[in-house]
Amino acid sequence: MNSSTGSLRGIFRFSRRPQHALREQADAVVGRGEEVLDGAGFGSKAALALERTWQDKRGVVGWLETNDHKRIGKRFVVTAFLFFCAAGILSAIMRTQLAFPDNDVVGPDLYDQLFTMHGTTMMFVFAVPIMQGMGVYLVPLMVGTRNTAFPRMTACAYWLYLLGGLTLWIGFAINTGADAGWFAYVPLAGPDYGIGKRADVWNNLINLTEAMGLMVAVDLATVILKMRAPGMSLRRMPIFAWSILVTSVMIIFAMPSVMLAANLAQFDRTFGTHFFNPAEGGDVLVWQHLFWFFGHPEVYFIFIPGLGFISTIIPTFARRPLFGHTAIVLSMIATGFLAFGLWVHHMFATNLPEVGKSFFTAMSFMIAIPTAVQIFCWIATLWTGRLHLRVPLLFVLAFFVIFVLGGATGIMVGSVPFDLQVHDTYFVVAHLHYVLFGGAVFPLFAAFYYWFPKFTGRMLDERLGRWQFWLFFIGFNVTFFPMHLLGLDGMPRRIYTYGAETGWGTLNLIATIGAAIIAASVVIFIVNFARSLVKGALAGDNPWGAATLEWGTHSPPPAFNFVAVPVVASREPLWAREADEPTHVSGLSAQTREGLVTTVLDALPDVRYSYPSPTIWPAVAAVTVVVWLFWSNITPSGMWYGLIPPAIAFTLWYWPSRKETAEELLLQRRP
Amino acid sequence: MSNGRAGAVHAIEASPNAAKAMRRKREATPASVPAIRRGDALDVADLPSYGFGTRSLMWWGTLGMSAIEGMGFALMIIVYFDLKSVSAIWPNEAPPPDLLWGSVNMALACLSVIPNLLANKAADDQDLRKVRLWLVVVIVASLALLGVRWLEFHSLHVRWDASAYGSAVWTLLGLHTFNLVTNIADFIVIAAVVFTAPLDGKRFVDVSENAGYWWFIVLSWIPVYAVVYWGPRF
Amino acid sequence: MIGGMHDVQVPAGAQAHAIAGVWHWLLPICTFVFVAIVVAMLVALWRAPWLRETAAPDVSSLWAPEPKIARTVWAAVIASTLLLLVLLAVSVFTDRALARLPLANALHVQLTGYQWWWEARYDDPDPSRIFTTANELHVPVGRPVIVTLVGADVIHSFWVPSLHGKKDLIPGRTQTISFRADRPGVYRGTCAEYCGYQHAHMVLYVVADAPDDYAQWAQRQRAPARPPATAEERRGRDLFLRRSCAMCHAIDGTPAQGQHAPNLTHVAGRMTIGAGTLENTAARRAAWILDPQQFKPGANMPPENLPPDELAAINAYLGSLQ
Repeated sequence: MNSSTGSLRGIFRFSRRPQHALREQADAVVGRGEEVLDGAGFGSKAALALERTWQDKRGVVGWLETNDHKRIGKRFVVTAFLFFCAAGILSAIMRTQLAFPDNDVVGPDLYDQLFTMHGTTMMFVFAVPIMQGMGVYLVPLMVGTRNTAFPRMTACAYWLYLLGGLTLWIGFAINTGADAGWFAYVPLAGPDYGIGKRADVWNNLINLTEAMGLMVAVDLATVILKMRAPGMSLRRMPIFAWSILVTSVMIIFAMPSVMLAANLAQFDRTFGTHFFNPAEGGDVLVWQHLFWFFGHPEVYFIFIPGLGFISTIIPTFARRPLFGHTAIVLSMIATGFLAFGLWVHHMFATNLPEVGKSFFTAMSFMIAIPTAVQIFCWIATLWTGRLHLRVPLLFVLAFFVIFVLGGATGIMVGSVPFDLQVHDTYFVVAHLHYVLFGGAVFPLFAAFYYWFPKFTGRMLDERLGRWQFWLFFIGFNVTFFPMHLLGLDGMPRRIYTYGAETGWGTLNLIATIGAAIIAASVVIFIVNFARSLVKGALAGDNPWGAATLEWGTHSPPPAFNFVAVPVVASREPLWAREADEPTHVSGLSAQTREGLVTTVLDALPDVRYSYPSPTIWPAVAAVTVVVWLFWSNITPSGMWYGLIPPAIAFTLWYWPSRKETAEELLLQRRP
Repeated sequence: MSNGRAGAVHAIEASPNAAKAMRRKREATPASVPAIRRGDALDVADLPSYGFGTRSLMWWGTLGMSAIEGMGFALMIIVYFDLKSVSAIWPNEAPPPDLLWGSVNMALACLSVIPNLLANKAADDQDLRKVRLWLVVVIVASLALLGVRWLEFHSLHVRWDASAYGSAVWTLLGLHTFNLVTNIADFIVIAAVVFTAPLDGKRFVDVSENAGYWWFIVLSWIPVYAVVYWGPRF
Repeated sequence: MIGGMHDVQVPAGAQAHAIAGVWHWLLPICTFVFVAIVVAMLVALWRAPWLRETAAPDVSSLWAPEPKIARTVWAAVIASTLLLLVLLAVSVFTDRALARLPLANALHVQLTGYQWWWEARYDDPDPSRIFTTANELHVPVGRPVIVTLVGADVIHSFWVPSLHGKKDLIPGRTQTISFRADRPGVYRGTCAEYCGYQHAHMVLYVVADAPDDYAQWAQRQRAPARPPATAEERRGRDLFLRRSCAMCHAIDGTPAQGQHAPNLTHVAGRMTIGAGTLENTAARRAAWILDPQQFKPGANMPPENLPPDELAAINAYLGSLQ
């Protein structure tokens, strides 16, 4: 790569130029009719041509049209984080209400909306989307390709998600917030007892966020299976990619369950069906089965990418490859399967047969084993490594304390007799926050500190990071540890107040103080983020000396990710390669958006793929779908008439333009 | 390097023998044209720009969609049987649906497999004329299916809001109908594209994938038909 | 106001005792595993050399296996699996023990959960001995109680931590729960499944009496309402019947037979009103009758705009219903 530094700056200069100047410059360098293919280094005219080909239009139009996975991934992450903060504020209000007995900061109606909005937002609008968003950004870079497989679909998914989250919160703002809990049990959320439109808002949210989840899952699974860089056989694929693959396959099989449930509930409410009405042959428990068949795997959608983060960060800061790579992959796959066999452990207090319940205890215990395998392999990696203790590693180490404690209480609540005491109490609230924070949120912050340099080209501040970490860790334990004791002392969930005679006041006050500490730590993170975005130290391509492919290109990556698609020659591509293997792919066009499709097992180059160009139709289609949903809430005929705009939008989305077809024909090679 | 690509527009029609030879060649090796090693680089300029079956990304996307919809059907069938298990009498307060139109649709669906297979084959052979012909036949068959579906709904003898049984049966049939309608819409759009030149090779892949999804419509109809029409009779 | 006992770790009955037994296995074993993992991590941090700067990675493990570490990891996995099996066995054995509570001479109660109160009907083979009360159960010490759980509107859950785990009251699906109180005392139960606005105020006290005291209590409950003794009480009863009270509440032995609200035949003998919302004193009762929404917003009982003398009369009457 000659003159790389000159062209490095040059690349960044180019990307700030107005579109017409870039085109002129490219045309000056590239002769008319000359075919430019990729394959040379950053300094070449290939890079220039690629930059021009992959640039989005400027301004709002480009922002709406883009299907660049990096921009969309960043959107997911930023949007989800904002919802995280909003839901966090709700929890601060709840903690304020519960700090003292017989408190009257918030009445029962608002409180019910608060805990429902908190749970619903955190689970559906923050946790799963942010993990998928990190996948959307990182996976194509990590497997060595230029975009995801169905970029328009992922772009549409983002708009569905944003509109879903907004409609949920707008409902809350106008006192029509969902208020039946984040799992919306019927009959409370049904037509008889779920008054007004509150449950409808919740059902719509489910349709939108789960549609988003499914679309992104199909996209990411396809990228991982079919678009890996040559040489990245499944045996060499990074663990984070495995985690996203397992998660995506799980999503495909689990999310239909909650979508079906929400739609059946909506039919009960809008069309007078009787799925959940015992008086006409319905069954209340069907809701719980359908919900938890999704709901238990759902916590693994959140947890398994977290495992992927940990498996990526530990090797980098232990300066050695992960111990037990294959065992960890198999454990993740096993966890994915087993997660579908646990759901009844949320229903131990119902009238299901007792023998059946014991089976689910056994399954719930069994899923601890693959997780234990991963934990032991990580400790082994740390034990035999040389440790570079930076903030990402610090957040990962917190996992070992917080998640393992949550896992331990998970074993406890997996036992039927014990669960009959602590089910629906603050013991479970403590358990779920320990596993979610330990298994997802702490690893997520680790991932933020780790990949912020790649996303933005700058480093987050180490000192502020340590402050955030310790406040977060201490605040978290001060908030949630007392809740175990409150649950054991008889405090149920979802109560807006309690009497002084219960004796729960002291522990609740301690928990509220902890919540304030957590809030402070999140503020520190936001300050760190904002400052580092503007004034952070420049990162360079690979500040951590990491092994995976995304660190082999610029920070932030150019729109086309890699000037030349890399060829992978070992499990740690940037650390080692087999001798005498090719280093990169050449021959893809730099004048159209081209990438490589490879075979599933061994990633042999197979077909050249032409990525879809940016277009406005995914955004438009998302809006028409949301309109359809709300129209069918208002009147049943909306279900039919409301389908017409989406039909038009999706058709125009697909319809190939003459220009695109002509370009295709120019480059076409028949199989 | 690659000569003759720039500026050349290939005619899409291929002779039957060449098409057969191509298909044989395609099925023989995982990658029909291997990448060429040139020094440090792996040159892929000669690789085809589209592929059929598992070589196309759309095949995998369609597989994903089929898994999603299939899961939806499976769960709805389970809901049906759960509701049946908590009812003393099933169907509650309604006679079982008439067998006539459902069975007609079952037969129609099985028959529609033939033009679908032929459309699929024509697409794989990249034979534009045959693709156009069989697409039209499939669309006619699927519209017939939709028409009979209308009659099916009328012969259910129960309203969706009469009982849990009515709700379950309408929803099960409705789910399949929704899939049917979206697939018909897909077929119509693809047919419109195929009838308006110019056409690049990827459109044949789209026809092939849509034909694949029609398999899903037919195969999913079998358990739905069994549950809706024979479930109440056992 | 009376707190009652509600600590899972201080069982007062056979079932809660069995569950506490599981806890006594779960806590030490899970704590041990947690501590072991944290210690292992800390030792790893302490042992491994620390770097100040990024150093070249050591990739030898890509090509050479590490059998010693593999053996240690295997050992840890097998040990964890064995501990899990132990806990599974304990859990299953306790399940069976819970199902084998001797039920001879059991007391039968049908408990119906409404938004936001409990109706308890004490059943008996002799129909004349059946009586209905609300929000407060009395049970004899040492005698098993079989409670049939009926969900009337939404899902509720019956939970008295000192005596047993919880069971849900699910509309359309009736189930039973059996327990036995082994020590006299007042045990606080609460609804444990979110059921709407006043889930927080759906308390159920279970009072375990010595058998003789229980028999006396049951005898009193079977009797119809005490006739009013004073003029004010008589006026109170008339007002109760004339105003909307009788539309929802029942007082046995009077024309008031409303079925939508707690049975008030012996309301004066209960510790709380509003299902644990307020202490059952004259002053609190009066305030409650005047405006229940002030204490339990969203409850189904509307405020009553009563002039003070009518309120006092009704209150006096209710206060006489021992």
